Amino acid sequence: MADYLSNTANQQEVMLKELGFKSLEDLYSNLPQDLILQRPLNLELGQSEFKVLDTLKELASKNKVYKTILRGAGVEHHYIPSVVKQLSNREEFVSAYTPYQSELSQGILQSIFEYQSSMCEITGMDVCNASVYDGATAAAEAIQMVIEKNKRKILVPKNIHPQVVHVMKTYTQWLNIEIVDVECKEGIVDIDDLKSKLNDQCAALFIQHPNYFGCLEDVQDLAQLTHSSGAKLVQYTNPMTLGYLKSPRANGVDIAIGEAQPLGISMSYGGPFLGFMSASADLVRRLPGRIAGQTVDENGKRAFALTLQAREQHIRREKASSSICSNQALMALTASMYLASVGPSGLKEVAEYSMRKAHYFANELVKLGFKLKYNSPFFHEFVTVGPIENSVIERTLDEINVLSGLGLSSHETLWCCTETTKKEDIDRVISRLKEVLS
Amino acid sequence: MEKYYAESHEWVMALDENTVVVGISDYAQHALGDIVFLSNAEVGDTVTFGERFGDVESVKAVSEILSPVDGKVVEVNKDLEDTPELLNAKPLETWIIKVEGKIDPSKLMTEEDYLALDKDH
Amino acid sequence: MSQLIFERSVPFRRAVRFDVCDVPEVGLDEKYVRQSKARLPEVSEVDIVRHYMELSRYSFGVDNGFYPLGSCTMKYNPKLNEFTASLEGFTSIHPDQSLSTVSGTLELMDNLSISLSEITGMDAFTLQPAAGAHGEFTGLLLIRAYHNARNDNKRTKVIVPDSSHGTNPASASMAGYTVVSVPSNEMGGVDVEALKAVLNDEIAALMLTNPNTLGLFDPNICEISKLVHDIGGLLYYDGANLNAIMGTARPGDMGFDVVHLNLHKTFSTPHGGGGPGSGPVGVKSCLVPYLPQGTLIKETYGYRYIDERDTLSIGRMRSYYGNFLVNVRAYTYILSLGSDGLKAASQNAVLNANYMMNALKDTFPVAYPQTCMHEFVVSLADLKKETGISAKDICKALLDYQMHPPTMYFPLIVHEALMIEPTETESKESMDYFIQVLKDLKQLAYDDPQKILNAPYTTPVKRVDDVQAARNPILKFQHK
Repeated sequence: MADYLSNTANQQEVMLKELGFKSLEDLYSNLPQDLILQRPLNLELGQSEFKVLDTLKELASKNKVYKTILRGAGVEHHYIPSVVKQLSNREEFVSAYTPYQSELSQGILQSIFEYQSSMCEITGMDVCNASVYDGATAAAEAIQMVIEKNKRKILVPKNIHPQVVHVMKTYTQWLNIEIVDVECKEGIVDIDDLKSKLNDQCAALFIQHPNYFGCLEDVQDLAQLTHSSGAKLVQYTNPMTLGYLKSPRANGVDIAIGEAQPLGISMSYGGPFLGFMSASADLVRRLPGRIAGQTVDENGKRAFALTLQAREQHIRREKASSSICSNQALMALTASMYLASVGPSGLKEVAEYSMRKAHYFANELVKLGFKLKYNSPFFHEFVTVGPIENSVIERTLDEINVLSGLGLSSHETLWCCTETTKKEDIDRVISRLKEVLS
Repeated sequence: MEKYYAESHEWVMALDENTVVVGISDYAQHALGDIVFLSNAEVGDTVTFGERFGDVESVKAVSEILSPVDGKVVEVNKDLEDTPELLNAKPLETWIIKVEGKIDPSKLMTEEDYLALDKDH
Repeated sequence: MSQLIFERSVPFRRAVRFDVCDVPEVGLDEKYVRQSKARLPEVSEVDIVRHYMELSRYSFGVDNGFYPLGSCTMKYNPKLNEFTASLEGFTSIHPDQSLSTVSGTLELMDNLSISLSEITGMDAFTLQPAAGAHGEFTGLLLIRAYHNARNDNKRTKVIVPDSSHGTNPASASMAGYTVVSVPSNEMGGVDVEALKAVLNDEIAALMLTNPNTLGLFDPNICEISKLVHDIGGLLYYDGANLNAIMGTARPGDMGFDVVHLNLHKTFSTPHGGGGPGSGPVGVKSCLVPYLPQGTLIKETYGYRYIDERDTLSIGRMRSYYGNFLVNVRAYTYILSLGSDGLKAASQNAVLNANYMMNALKDTFPVAYPQTCMHEFVVSLADLKKETGISAKDICKALLDYQMHPPTMYFPLIVHEALMIEPTETESKESMDYFIQVLKDLKQLAYDDPQKILNAPYTTPVKRVDDVQAARNPILKFQHK
């Protein structure tokens, strides 16, 4: 049995004796005695490493690891460089606490600063926090960044990831904030419906770009429209795509948030992931969560520290806009390492290749008789309406160790390609589907 | 001109019949530590006695500034945008907002009474 | 110190390269496309390795040395957990895979929930919250849904002790509640008379941690539970201090209706420099109907996740099902320790804390003189008065001894507080060393205070200017 205790039974006895206790149980003599458990916990006794590893391996082996993955919807299979895996596992990073003692934690603090800087580079924003739990909660937290006393409406198009919208609604359910749907046309925001809903009570329009269906929005137009109504534009985005696409800031976006799992983090069955939040400089004091800043020490040497802490819960308590304390620091470090590993050219390639593979695949599916549901430009994801049911597609591809796109309805599928999707695997999928269709 | 103090450590002083200026006490700036940021009211805002019109922020704390007077903000001290530390250096000489309003001494303390308070209780 | 990775950049340097793309080019409309590449660092793989190796040298984890941070439970992070959490069958699974392809994961999550229920005395768990604060917010939404379902809408307030962690009142505000503060008595427990004065039909819940933030078990907990329930309120348990009582006592038995756990505290998952954590929430059966979407439940025919069809659910707290790989680590830990090991872990956490408290009680006054639980608080107020040396100064001096200082200035109810939590994995020798160093520093404070004020000496930077950092925020690298 592992207990990871250092002190032996003898040492424990010596310590107990010194304290005047007869046994470990005596330490709890101040507790109301009827609260003391009179039986052992109804769990198995501790097991050796050997046995535990065996048990976990067996559980892991019951899961199906697909060789080819064509499913995305915000969680993607990208290549994770070996240097990222190796370095992000260093015990000094993994077993460290939050760097409140700046002098002892310059390494961690600098890595946070570098992460913030890298995210600002790709989004074009001035400030970025040290992470929040995931993309969906980033969207929910961004609501607090934009609402004002008399601006309590948030406009949310129907082409944003449904889980993100659910979280936004859950977070705001008791806060007198209204989430208003905006219709979509051909997979992108319906400008006419948006115009009819924009007014001076709207704090912001949230968009996802590329959106849930993979389509590209006219962000600059949306920015102009939103700003002319006195509202802010918030863009939820997959940061991998920003290697190729215009940055949110260049399009006039005020706040860029999203799920950064594609940046060097494994799919992990949903977590831990990485919510990023970045914004223009004037919004820095409304950003939740930790932020690392550059300063100097008493000798004038460059140093880093957690700063602007007066925004956070440990100082503001019930007046804080967010209760976030623990964040996703190690995932932010991982993303930062990934961005350094691929560099500007590499990130462009990852995004561009993902897009090219998706377009190749889409063209091949269309040749088979699939239809693209939306008549709008797309990036690396797209929705098809199939001549066969999605359940058949899924089963067929499962047989050849391929995870098909996400079924949106009986005949609609949301497909995703990344730089890891090989042409030969796409061709294999197409020929298998061809067999089924004939 | 005489300063009057609120229990919440703000002072108010009349400039003329209809205008007053508001600041924070020496005790307040000391308790906060090095002040790094001031979130101030805007010209045209209405202020109400005892209600928050702004925040003052230090590295380790943030404190609401409560108005010691009813009225309308006619001017804000722009120097405090870039150098909020003036509030530490000269708290009794640095005004935060200029208000069109009148002091109500019945709700406030004189400087003498305020300084005599045991603030560490 | 060292260069920023941006400062190591050399144009056209690259680390990772990709194969040439095997499918045709695509011409996207110019209006979507970036005009120039993002100014990410251009570095080689060697540059990256050297850079992060240097950063790791300037970081300090539990693997480096003693970390007696009160309320954080910095216990040893077992390496076995890292292996199990990196098994491909766990890492390479898309969260939208159909349930039939992830039976191992579902079984793990179910077993973990059952184990946590047994450890805490609760009826059901959601593994979804990503951290303690997230769990608190979840728990408060559950409470609100419960009262709302009973049309008991007068309950707009939540009571929080003045000694509580800041996340408690912040989470209550996020749930739309007004926070009512209740003072602590001298042993850090809830002042029962003060509590009675604020309990009424407008109260939705009382949030508590037990042991409290002075490291003491509140002996009035059963009375408090009855008082809150009698007025129709619910009792919320902040599980940050669970490490004191595993196997000996359970919040479910104390009357708590909803609890959150911090797996990155009690259950040995690593802190990662600030995260990721995991904050599962356990409930009594009365709250089960409201559990969030994305919670795994077991029905007669098999597993499913709570979703939009469950109309009573509070909604969705985050994407997918939780910080799964963190949950794998906690599950590994629970299997390794078992019923006997978990109990021994808590008992030794309490033993170690009392050992240190006893050794230090003549050096610094303990906030409350009684057998403590897994942590204790000392006050350096007298030291400050007599020598001008504060708790912060002592902490800065400790940095030179290859140990992380204790938690300082928390809880707020003790002046110049140091909260010390050794955890069960610390050895007698390292505790003895820490005790000796503290005694030496106290002596130095009287003999030569300037020496302490000038500390730290051996860290890569000296005392950092926090004021400058906040006054003139520089929050990202400025390219020239």
